[in-house]
Amino acid sequence: MSVTDMFSHIQGFLSADQDVREDIRKVVQNLEQTAREILTVLQSVHQASGFKEIPSKCEKARELFCTVRTHISDLKTKFPVEQYYRFHEHWRFVLQRLAFLAAFVVYLESEALVTREEVARILGIEVVREKGFHLDVEDYLAGVLIMASELSRLAVNSVTAGDYSRPLRISNFINELDSGFRLLNLKNDPLRKRYDGLKYDVKKIEEVVYDLSIRGLAKEPEAIEK
Amino acid sequence: MKKREGEGYSKKNLDAALQRDVSANPSSPVVAAFRVFQLELDAKHDKYERLVKISRDVTIESKRTIFLLHRVTNVPNAEEVLNEAEGKLDAVRQKIGQIAEELRGEDIYQFHRAFTPGIQEYVEAASFLHYIRHRSLISLEEINARLVFMRTERAELKGSVEAEPPGAYVLTFQVTPSDYLLGVADLTGELMRMCISSVGNGDIDTPFQLSQFLRQIYDGFSFIGNTGPYEVSKKLHTLRQSLGKVEDACYTLRVRGSEIPKHMLADLFCSRTAHVDPEEGLV
Repeated sequence: MSVTDMFSHIQGFLSADQDVREDIRKVVQNLEQTAREILTVLQSVHQASGFKEIPSKCEKARELFCTVRTHISDLKTKFPVEQYYRFHEHWRFVLQRLAFLAAFVVYLESEALVTREEVARILGIEVVREKGFHLDVEDYLAGVLIMASELSRLAVNSVTAGDYSRPLRISNFINELDSGFRLLNLKNDPLRKRYDGLKYDVKKIEEVVYDLSIRGLAKEPEAIEK
Repeated sequence: MKKREGEGYSKKNLDAALQRDVSANPSSPVVAAFRVFQLELDAKHDKYERLVKISRDVTIESKRTIFLLHRVTNVPNAEEVLNEAEGKLDAVRQKIGQIAEELRGEDIYQFHRAFTPGIQEYVEAASFLHYIRHRSLISLEEINARLVFMRTERAELKGSVEAEPPGAYVLTFQVTPSDYLLGVADLTGELMRMCISSVGNGDIDTPFQLSQFLRQIYDGFSFIGNTGPYEVSKKLHTLRQSLGKVEDACYTLRVRGSEIPKHMLADLFCSRTAHVDPEEGLV
């Protein structure tokens, strides 16, 4: 085989690869659009009026996740399934956002940490790599960390809106999350960097809880519980 | 970056994890879930580190093979050197077999970053040897064809005479097109070096052959241009410099070759390349 033949052979590989990437990029753009819509819906919980509407907002977000599922099933057709990590970079960011949104919806509904299986179910994907398009554990964890910073914001805003019991519950939740993350041996990678931000979220929520307790505002819900 | 080092590290990890567990509430579902993640992430990172280690071994051995091959120009018995290089490359292939074994059932792109330097170096060494033997460019298929490994399960090892025990399986390692390209780009640097040293030995034909071959490769890379990965366009610049040096060498040989006695050519040539070098940076 001559040198020229060899190079045009390789060129064939490369341009096929580029076509696949182009297709993926288009679908990912749609996914990003839908993710932004969901975020907009959920953002309203930070407003004073939004607290009563949490269930209805969650319902609306869940409806939008249907669109996400169709986009993702579209994405699955764009490349061979065993080459997931070859193109991973293209959807890594949006998948983390979507994991965050799913986790946030589940938290608002049940105040519990979403499991990886549940996120995968909401997004219409798999948990294990062998079964097809899956949710990488690092992407799931990154999504959970984004949620943590969103919750620290929610703690502040719920006080502003006069809900004094929510910050305490968020504080317990975040502390549990923090002890969970401390179990992990993270490498010096993007996930580790994001995890380093978690302590600031913890700190912020603790400050809110402190402010509430020295003013006696935090006692009210405890009294009710008793 | 911290490296994980075998048993010592994992034991330390375990101790640290146990200490943390005291503060964590073991019954909580969150902590239980994270313990699963811990195992999964550790397994993945360990595999990655093992691959990096093998890849480094592959790089070192391939580099040594290349140095060995450079000796071919001033040794009376070239065939001996080539056979020795072939033997070294066989050892490298066994290492790549280990990579293939680690990657069995995995998505190779998940760990690609761990072993791509080693593979590129191997492509460089293998294609260099191939060029010296056949004066042509090794193809991606030829490289891949030699990276097929037969493995037998441990249990079958105890003296079964059958040619194909039931536990035997075939492992293949596929070099990706971009690793191949990057390896070939590195090859051009070696060819340039070979060209210079063959002039030193009074070999007048090799530089002309090399310049023609390098020109073909350069044309090939220009044809691919920026459709290739980012690293390829980076290497294009170095490739141009190598080509410039080789073309310059041929020019000198042609112009001055008839005037100067052969034994002095080498000296003249060396001083000329040294003189040209600083200008190269400006191009």
